[in-house]
Amino acid sequence: MDGIEGASNPTMEEMQANGTGGVDELPLTSTSTRKNRPIVSGEPLDIEAYAGLYTGRTKIKRLMFIANHCDNPGMQLEALRMAYDEIKKGENTHLYREVVQKIDGRLGPNYAMDAAWCSTIERKAELRKEKLESELNAYRTNLIKESIRMGYNDFGDFYYAHGALGDAFKSYVRTRDYCTTSKHIIQMCLNAILVSIEMVQFSNVTSYVSKAEQTPEALDPPTVAKLCCAAGLAHLEAKKYKLAARKFLEVGPELGNSYSEVIAPQDVATYGGLCALASFDRTELKNKVIDNINFRDFLELVPEVRELINDFYSSHYASCLEYLGNLKSNLMLDIHLYDHVETLYDQIRNKALIQYTLPFVSVDMRMMADAFKTSVVGLEKELEALITDNQIQARIDSHNKILYARHADQRNATFQRVLQTGNEFDQEVRAMLLRSSLLKYDYNLRASRKH
Amino acid sequence: MNSVEGLVNQIQGLSTTASDVLSLQNLLKQADDSLHAESTRLLPFLDQLDPSKHSLGYLYFLEACTAGPVTKEQAGSYVLMIARFITSCIAEQIRLAPDKFITVCKRFKDQVLLLEEPLRGVAPMLTAIRKLQSSSEHLTALHPEFLLLCLLSRCYKAGLSILEEDVFEVDQPRDLFLFCYYGGMISIGKKWFRKALELLHNVVTAPMSTVNAIAVEAFKKYILVSLIHHGQSPTNLPKYASSVAQRNLKNLCQPYIELANSYSNGKIADIETYVEANKDKFESDNNLGLVKQAVSSMYKRNIQRLTQTYLTLSLQDIANRVQLNSPKEAEMHVLQMIKDGEIYATINQKDGMVRFLEDPEQYKTCEMIEHIDSSIQRLMTLSKKLNGVDELMSCDPLYLLKAGRERQRFDFDDFDNVPQRFNI
Repeated sequence: MDGIEGASNPTMEEMQANGTGGVDELPLTSTSTRKNRPIVSGEPLDIEAYAGLYTGRTKIKRLMFIANHCDNPGMQLEALRMAYDEIKKGENTHLYREVVQKIDGRLGPNYAMDAAWCSTIERKAELRKEKLESELNAYRTNLIKESIRMGYNDFGDFYYAHGALGDAFKSYVRTRDYCTTSKHIIQMCLNAILVSIEMVQFSNVTSYVSKAEQTPEALDPPTVAKLCCAAGLAHLEAKKYKLAARKFLEVGPELGNSYSEVIAPQDVATYGGLCALASFDRTELKNKVIDNINFRDFLELVPEVRELINDFYSSHYASCLEYLGNLKSNLMLDIHLYDHVETLYDQIRNKALIQYTLPFVSVDMRMMADAFKTSVVGLEKELEALITDNQIQARIDSHNKILYARHADQRNATFQRVLQTGNEFDQEVRAMLLRSSLLKYDYNLRASRKH
Repeated sequence: MNSVEGLVNQIQGLSTTASDVLSLQNLLKQADDSLHAESTRLLPFLDQLDPSKHSLGYLYFLEACTAGPVTKEQAGSYVLMIARFITSCIAEQIRLAPDKFITVCKRFKDQVLLLEEPLRGVAPMLTAIRKLQSSSEHLTALHPEFLLLCLLSRCYKAGLSILEEDVFEVDQPRDLFLFCYYGGMISIGKKWFRKALELLHNVVTAPMSTVNAIAVEAFKKYILVSLIHHGQSPTNLPKYASSVAQRNLKNLCQPYIELANSYSNGKIADIETYVEANKDKFESDNNLGLVKQAVSSMYKRNIQRLTQTYLTLSLQDIANRVQLNSPKEAEMHVLQMIKDGEIYATINQKDGMVRFLEDPEQYKTCEMIEHIDSSIQRLMTLSKKLNGVDELMSCDPLYLLKAGRERQRFDFDDFDNVPQRFNI
């Protein structure tokens, strides 16, 4: 018992340092971050600032996503109003009808159904389509590759603007046969990726990203950054968080706001940061995230994520989890991340629990529960699950509420395994010999029947 | 009449040297039909023969005598006679006519069963096996009969002596199927689940061209024993199992597969309602007891899992986590498991706490070293045997004929390594 107590004393001091350290730092960081926080914060999402980060279709889609997933009616209407305004600038009557239906007259006559606008747009679209068709036919009879490519591209743009994503994808892909330079190929790929992301078909995204990367000429940095983002999104969607994190971390600073029709640099920081936290080990986290100069620029855009990563690395789990808790409601409104928030959060929490216990011989579970802002019983359940999964090598003293590290006895384990393997071999070989004997019998029988 | 008397004289004369016995064997083969024709009158002649000297002749006479239907009274005297013959006969002589000997022994078993005294058959049958088999690796047709008698007389211990021997040579696949099936049941009776699993595994994975009832019943027990022993159902049959077994066995044992599925979910209440609902099916298969054992093994499995996670845990918590009704019940379970050596723990009755300990085995004792050494020796002989069989196989003309043919069909490039066709 002496040895255990000796070991647990420094533990408690250490833990107290953890706890107080976290509390001390908390006000400092939160005041310094609140000022330059454009999007995500503990407060309700600032929709206007958020929408300002994006352009094109994704802006509308994101706004509508917020309207669908938000409980706050004020925010809902705000999002719908902005989506309405945005759609009016474009030509997508399909989305227009959807939004008007969602608004349902709640925003007054200015945001009611404008049938006249719809019909003019649709009439114009008909004319434009006919014009494009005749142009394309003319190009095709002349067999000028570049013109045909342009024709199909125009068609793609046209369909995309009108919301016919499937047709747009087909038209863009058709330009492939008429591409003459690698620049054209990259343009084709980027278009295909854009449409695929809108269609939520991420397998296409992956294949077109790799196609673009295979072009012989060196890509310019913004394009590389765009491709990285697209690949990261695809991995995220496929729940391959580690790969997603690596891709997002590779994104170069050249991205800027150039890819606002898909992703904002703030998103790169959030997605990359959370995925990295959930899937990387400590050294990887240090080398690839915290010491990564490129990525640091991105993190500056979302200081809360930066802070929580730093907190996690310096073992201030309480404040780290608090940041995560604050972020959660807004992340749930993110069109790409909402599906993965729970999993990522669980993984991060488990990682934190594992890392907390790692250096100690024994841990007082009451202190630990404080550090993680949970009850001892709840903590015991979580720890039990992790131990059963073999993620923590420890055993719980439920009576005294202490967690003891368990160091696997390599020697005993080896002996055990050797004996087990021996037994298995023994059994397998005997069964095999028996089967071969039976097969032989079968052979003999057949042979004797023949003669 | 004369011929029988002559035959008796010849038997008495020709039973000493090996060459004489061979010629006697030919004579007896020729006389077999006439012996059967006069089977009713043969009994008195048996007294003129000495089973310990004229074993071969005695065997032929005995076989002819017992061929007809038998009444209960007759059976009593026959059983005595055959038992005496089995204990005193000469192994070399009866091995010349193994079929006759097996037939006699099988009739002996039937008669013992007719008398409803299976215990009387156990010892003679074991002697019969020993006399008939050429080596301990040889599986005779009498093995399953012996195990059946053991099972019926609940004399499991006697059966274990046979089961401990490794069997490699098989005359009839049916013998092996029955041997392993009965052996599995005996091992289950002795709660020797590892062995039972191995034997049943042999039945299920044995090569077969059509599904047979023995394999189906064995598969049912295989699932249950696997649940008891490993705490999980056998996921899939291994690749070397015959395709017939892989395709059909699961469909034929649906209630058991579902039981295993509900076992893996880990909810005791679910599995108990399932067993209750399908009680009739399990009962008609005579597996209800085993099913109940499987269900109760779930508590053990859950308690064992707790030892991995906890150092101390109150009995109340154990009861909650393992879904037992009261701490008292939990205490009984834990106590039983400590007794059986399945977990290492101490119970503190004052606080109602259980303290789980590590496995005290340190692999340092002489016994352990000896055990490991003997395992190594056993595995070495086994590997040698494997190599021997492999060599034999690669010299087997039948095998080479087939392999050569396939070689020719698939590999044109390297047929110079192996001749395409062997005609020996």
